[in-house]
Amino acid sequence: MNGFDFTLCGAALTALPSGALWWAAARMLIVTDLHLGRSERYARRGGALLPPYETRDTLARLDADMQATGAATILCLGDSFDDSAAAGALDESDLMWLTRLMAGRRWLWVEGNHDPGPLALGGTHLAQHRAGPLTFRHIAEPGAVGEVSGHYHPKATLSARGQRLTRPCFLIDADRTILPAYGTYTGGMSCTDPLLRGLMRPAARAVLLGLPPRPVPFSGTAGQRPTTASI
Amino acid sequence: MIALPPALEDWFATRNWTLHPHQREMLARAAEPALLLIAPTGGGKTLAGFLPTLAELSAGPHKGLHTLYISPLKALAADIRRNLRRPVEDAGLPIRIEDRTGDTSYTQRRRQRADPPHILLTTPESLALLLSYDDAPRVFAGLKRVIVDEIHALAESKRGDQLMLCLARLSSLIPNLRRVGLSATVEDPAAIARFLSRAPDPCAILTADPGPDPDIAMLETGAAPPWAGGGGRHAIPTILDQVKRHRTTLIFHNTRAQAELFFRDLWLQNDDSLPIGIHHGSLSREQRERVEAAMVAGALRAVVCTGSLDLGIDWGDVDLVIQVGAPKNVKRLVQRIGRANHRYNAPSKALLVPANRFEVVECLAALQAVRDHTLDGEPRGPGPRDVLCQHILMTAASGPFDADALYAETVSAGAYAALTRPDFDACLDFVATGGYALRAYDRWQRLLYRDGRWQLRDPRAAAQIRMNLGTIIDTETLAVRLKGRMGQPLGEVEEAFAASLTPGDTFLIGGEVVRYESLREMTVEVSRSPGRAPKVAVFSGTKFATSTLLTHRILQMFQQPDWPGLPAHTAHWLALQREVSRLPAPDRLLLESFPHDGREHLCVYGFAGRNAQQTLGLLLTKRLEEEGLHPLGFVATDYATLIWGLDPVTEAAPLFDAQALRAGLETWLGGNAVMKRTFRASAIIAGLIERNSPGKRKSGRQATFSSDILYDTLRRHDPGHLLLQITREEALRGLVDFGRIEEMLARIGPRIDLVRLDRVTPLAAPLLLEPGRIPVEGAGRERLLAEAAERLLATAGLA
Repeated sequence: MNGFDFTLCGAALTALPSGALWWAAARMLIVTDLHLGRSERYARRGGALLPPYETRDTLARLDADMQATGAATILCLGDSFDDSAAAGALDESDLMWLTRLMAGRRWLWVEGNHDPGPLALGGTHLAQHRAGPLTFRHIAEPGAVGEVSGHYHPKATLSARGQRLTRPCFLIDADRTILPAYGTYTGGMSCTDPLLRGLMRPAARAVLLGLPPRPVPFSGTAGQRPTTASI
Repeated sequence: MIALPPALEDWFATRNWTLHPHQREMLARAAEPALLLIAPTGGGKTLAGFLPTLAELSAGPHKGLHTLYISPLKALAADIRRNLRRPVEDAGLPIRIEDRTGDTSYTQRRRQRADPPHILLTTPESLALLLSYDDAPRVFAGLKRVIVDEIHALAESKRGDQLMLCLARLSSLIPNLRRVGLSATVEDPAAIARFLSRAPDPCAILTADPGPDPDIAMLETGAAPPWAGGGGRHAIPTILDQVKRHRTTLIFHNTRAQAELFFRDLWLQNDDSLPIGIHHGSLSREQRERVEAAMVAGALRAVVCTGSLDLGIDWGDVDLVIQVGAPKNVKRLVQRIGRANHRYNAPSKALLVPANRFEVVECLAALQAVRDHTLDGEPRGPGPRDVLCQHILMTAASGPFDADALYAETVSAGAYAALTRPDFDACLDFVATGGYALRAYDRWQRLLYRDGRWQLRDPRAAAQIRMNLGTIIDTETLAVRLKGRMGQPLGEVEEAFAASLTPGDTFLIGGEVVRYESLREMTVEVSRSPGRAPKVAVFSGTKFATSTLLTHRILQMFQQPDWPGLPAHTAHWLALQREVSRLPAPDRLLLESFPHDGREHLCVYGFAGRNAQQTLGLLLTKRLEEEGLHPLGFVATDYATLIWGLDPVTEAAPLFDAQALRAGLETWLGGNAVMKRTFRASAIIAGLIERNSPGKRKSGRQATFSSDILYDTLRRHDPGHLLLQITREEALRGLVDFGRIEEMLARIGPRIDLVRLDRVTPLAAPLLLEPGRIPVEGAGRERLLAEAAERLLATAGLA
C-alpha cells in the first residue's frame, strides 16, 4: 500500500494517496465528504448547470481504492451527498455503479451536515460509529480522543524555492485525524484557519496527498492562496 | 445637409471656433445608415459625431431617446457629458444629456429607464444591462443614432463583440437606426467598417486630415536606466525638469504598480511641490474624480497615469506626453502621443523614457516606426462564442425569444457574419441545458422551449444573469479602506496580494504608504503610515504584448556592427552581450543555458511576442519533462522565455523539431495552466460559473472549489463539450498564439545555437525579475515537495 502509515490510539492506519483512510486490521476503508450529486443540487436550485460528472468521477476513485485494498467495510464519514434530495436524484448509471460497489460489503453511512437523516439507499445509517479505540463522526469535537472526522476539507500549502504548492491533506495528532474531502467537486480550508488551528495540537502533522503522501509539521504550512472561482 | 442651429453657430463664433472639414462632412452625411470617421487624436472626433444629433434635436421636438453614445470608458462618458452640456446650455438648446455607467446611482438609473434623456452616454456593459430588461423596446423607442466612440479600441476586445451583438438587438428594435463609429488612426479602416456595419450592409468611411507629424524623441537622462526591471525612476530629475517647462504633462506607465512606485518617488524629489496627481483603474472612484476635476480646473501640472487615460478624455491643456517604459505597440504610442496638444494641426510633443536597457532598444525601434508611419495590428478572428452564450442569456433575461430571429440578428453583427446555424444552436443548447453529452438536466434546464419560444425556466434567474453581464474578467480584488467607521476608500488590491499580507506590512496605494491592519468583511483595512518604506504595490495593470512589427525592427537593429543611435550605456550592454554570448538574429534562434541561484536555466530568444513565448514555454517544459530534466517553471516576455529546472539542458535541436512541437501542441494542449486560465474566463463569460461577488466569497470556504476542477472533469468525461472547444479556440488565437511560433520556426529554419555559460548573461538578467511565473506540474515539483517536507521535518526535529 503506497500510503502513509500512522497509529491513532493504538489503531494502525494508512493515509492513502487518494485521500481515503485504510484501517487494515478492521479491513475498513474510510472516506469523507464525497458530495455526490453536487451538480444536480446546484441545477435544482437554479444555479449553474455544472458538468454532471462529479458522481462517476468520485465513484471511479472509490472503486479503485476498494479494489486495491480489498476492503470489507466502507465507512462514508458524512456529506456523502450534497443534500438528501441529491441522493434520490442520482443518474441511473451512477446509481447502479454505487449499488454494485455496495453489494457484498458492509456499508456505513455516517450522517453529515449536508445529508442528515437516513438515505433511500442500502447500508447502515449512523449518527456516529465506534470501533475499537476509534470514534468516527462527521465534525470533530473538541477534547475527543481517538476520533476520525471529515467536514473541514483541510488543505495545506508549502513554500519551496519560491513556489507555493497546495494540496488537500490529512491532519493527524495524538488524539484525532481529520480526513481531506474525497469528492471531485470540493474545495478546501487552509490549515492556517483558526478553526483547524484550534482543533489540532501544536505537534500535529499534515499529510499532503500525492504519490506518496507527504507528512509535514502542521505548524510549518503556509497561508493558502485564495481559490480562483466560486461556483 | 442639416444645418446647425443658429444659436450653436453663434456660440462657436464667439469662441472663434470653426468647424473642421470632416466635422462639416459628418453633418452633410448624417443620413448614412453606417458611417466610420477616422481622425487623429485632437481632431474633434467626438464633436463631429454629435453635430448631426444637435442639429436634428434643435430642428424640432423629439420625444425620448434620440442618440445613444457608447464609450469604452466610464470616465469618457462623464467627460463628454461635461463637454457637450456646455455648448448646449450656453446656446439654450432644448436637449437633455445624461450619462449612465456602473457609477450611476440606482435611483438615477431607474429614472432614466422611466424617462430617457435625448442623449444617453454609456458603456457596452451598461447597454447590455439596459437591453436585459423587458422594457427595452419602450426605453429605446424613437432612437435615431448610435455613436460608438474609440471603436478602434473596442474592436480589439470581447467588449466590442458584445457591443455589436447589442447593436444588432437594437437594430431589430429600431430598423432605421443609424450607426456612427469614431476611430483613431488605424492600419486597416475597412476592417473597422465591417465591424461597425449591420452585415451585410456597407459602411462608408470618412478620413480626416491626419495633421502634422508629432515631435517625438527619447528623453536624455543624466543617469543610465537600470539593467533590468525599473519603472523609470532613474529619469525622475529630468522628467521633473520637463514638467516645469510645460503647462501640463501626462506621464504614462504600462502598469498600475509602476505608476504607484514612480509617483511616490517623484514626490520624494518634487522639491518645488509642483501639483502632480495620479490616476489609474485601481484607485477608488472618489480618488479618480478628484484628479479628473483638478485636471479640468487646470490645477495640476502633471498626472501620472496608465491606460485609464489612454482614450479620448480631453481635459486641460496637455502640451507634453511622457511614455515611461517601452510602448510595446506603435499604434497605441501614436494615440497616446496625440493626447498632447489637442489643437488640431499643431504637432503633438512626446518623450519616451525607457525603463531599462532592453527598452531603450525597443523605444528606438518605436521612434523609427512612428517616423516611417508604419502601424501595427493583427487581424482578429470570428466572434467568440462565449460572448454569444452570454448574449443569449441576456436576451432570455429580457423575455421569451424566437431562435430563428436571434440567429438572424446574430449574423448581422460583422464578427458573427460567418457563424453557422449548428454553431449557434450549440450555444443555445449550452445555455438551455448545459450542452453535456450526458443529458442530466432535463428537469433543471435553464431555458425552456414553450409555444415556439425560449424562456427562462425560473424568471428569478434574470437577476443573476444581469449580475454576470460583461466580458471583462478581472483578477479578484479587495477594496482597501482606512480603518475606522466610515473609513475612506483608497482603492483595491488583488486578492492574492491581500492574502500575502500580515498585519504591519506596508504597501503603496494612491501614492501613499499604508499599513495593513486587518481583513474585515472582504475589505482590507489599513492605516496611514507616512515615512516608512513600502513593501510593494503588486496589483497589476494591463500587460501589452510587443507587436510583430516592433520585435522585427529590434532583431534588425541587433545586427548592426555598432549602435550610434543608442545611448552609450545601452550600446555597451549589447556589445557586452555579444562578447560573452551572442545577440539574437532574425534568421537564427539563440538559446542560453546557465545555472543561477541553485537552479538550471534555459533562455530561449524567440522574439515571438509574449503569448507565443508563453506557449513555447509550455511546449518546451513538456519536452524537458519527458527528457527527465525536471523543469519547475518558466516566465515569458515579448522576446524570450526563461525556463528553470533541476537539470541543465545540453542539447537543443531535438527540442525545436517543428513536427514534434506541433504534435506536442495537439496532445498536450489540454492540461496546462494557460488553458485553465482561459477556461475560467470563458466559463464566466458564457455563464457556467459566476463572478465572485463579495458576499459569495465570504460564505463557507469549503463550499468553493476551483474552476480548474471543472475543466479537468470536462476533459475526462466530455472532451467534445462546447466550452472546451471555445477554450481551445480562445487559447489558440489569444494566449497560445501558435501562429507566431510557426512564423518563428519558418524564420530560423535549422539554425539553432545553444550557448552554455557559467552565469546569467546581460540579455537574460531582466528575465529573472519578470513577474508572471508559471509553475510546471511534474516530477520536478514532486521532488521539490519531498525536499521541502524533509526540511520542515528536520527543522522540527522529526526526521
